[in-house]
Amino acid sequence: MTERPELKQALGRLLGPSEPEVGCDECFAELDRYVELEVAGADADAALPGLRAHLEGCPACREEHESLRALVSGDQLL
Amino acid sequence: MEVVPQSPGGRTLAATPLDPESRRWLRELRSEGETYDSAVARLHALLLRAARFEVARRRPSLPHLRGNELDDIALEAADDALVSVLARLDDFRGASRFTTWVYKFALLEAAVKLRRRAWQGREIPLEPETWSLFASGSTTPSEEAEQRELLAAVQDGIAHALTPHQRRVLVALALNGVPIDVLAERLGSTRGALYKVLHDARQKLRKHLAASGHALTALEEA
Repeated sequence: MTERPELKQALGRLLGPSEPEVGCDECFAELDRYVELEVAGADADAALPGLRAHLEGCPACREEHESLRALVSGDQLL
Repeated sequence: MEVVPQSPGGRTLAATPLDPESRRWLRELRSEGETYDSAVARLHALLLRAARFEVARRRPSLPHLRGNELDDIALEAADDALVSVLARLDDFRGASRFTTWVYKFALLEAAVKLRRRAWQGREIPLEPETWSLFASGSTTPSEEAEQRELLAAVQDGIAHALTPHQRRVLVALALNGVPIDVLAERLGSTRGALYKVLHDARQKLRKHLAASGHALTALEEA
């Protein structure tokens, strides 16, 4: 079992996060604040509990989080 | 100084002072005439930039779409995001910069459109397409037996512990990799509603596996 990262991933997709999580609507509502805290090096997970777990469980929200973080990080380099 | 109340979710009760740039955006988008028109034009340009950013990120996974189709999708996403932003200006709480807040609308619109375009004309698989990740690649006979047992418990849980709707949603999203926005469109639902169904199905499956003697913590940390 320890040699099977793909099995762990498959289980992760089926079972989702083990911690409490917010839903997609709350994730979207807080995503801008979460990303700015992350980019600033602050503790975004402490400020918005349940959002990280949701990003682990929801591929669509996770992709949009990655895009927003990349876009905002790029803006800060300008 | 203009302030806005924090989170409707009740996370923080303190008010956040708006930064000068965000204050200017709000003032101009709530004005009239040339000031308003100019602010809307700048906002659209900002949204188009974000939509194009999303399209560029996803372009490698969409080889069948031509450049002009992708440009059209980005423009359509920016147009739709503009409508959303203008309709929801009062929702902006100053928890981030205004530009970060509006970016997420354009990224969402572009991502949803691209996911749907990628699945256009494809049938949505609602039955399990493969169990191969659970069934092969073991290195020892005891691992193989453990995986067979786990697979049987997962299959039993999906077949018997879930409602038919929960089963369809879990199988399509978590097993067959159907994007949630695509399934939402086909079922006439929303991302938020479908994720709630997925969440409930996952909780039931967790309970079923735990009740059948599988130590989930050990499995997830393996």
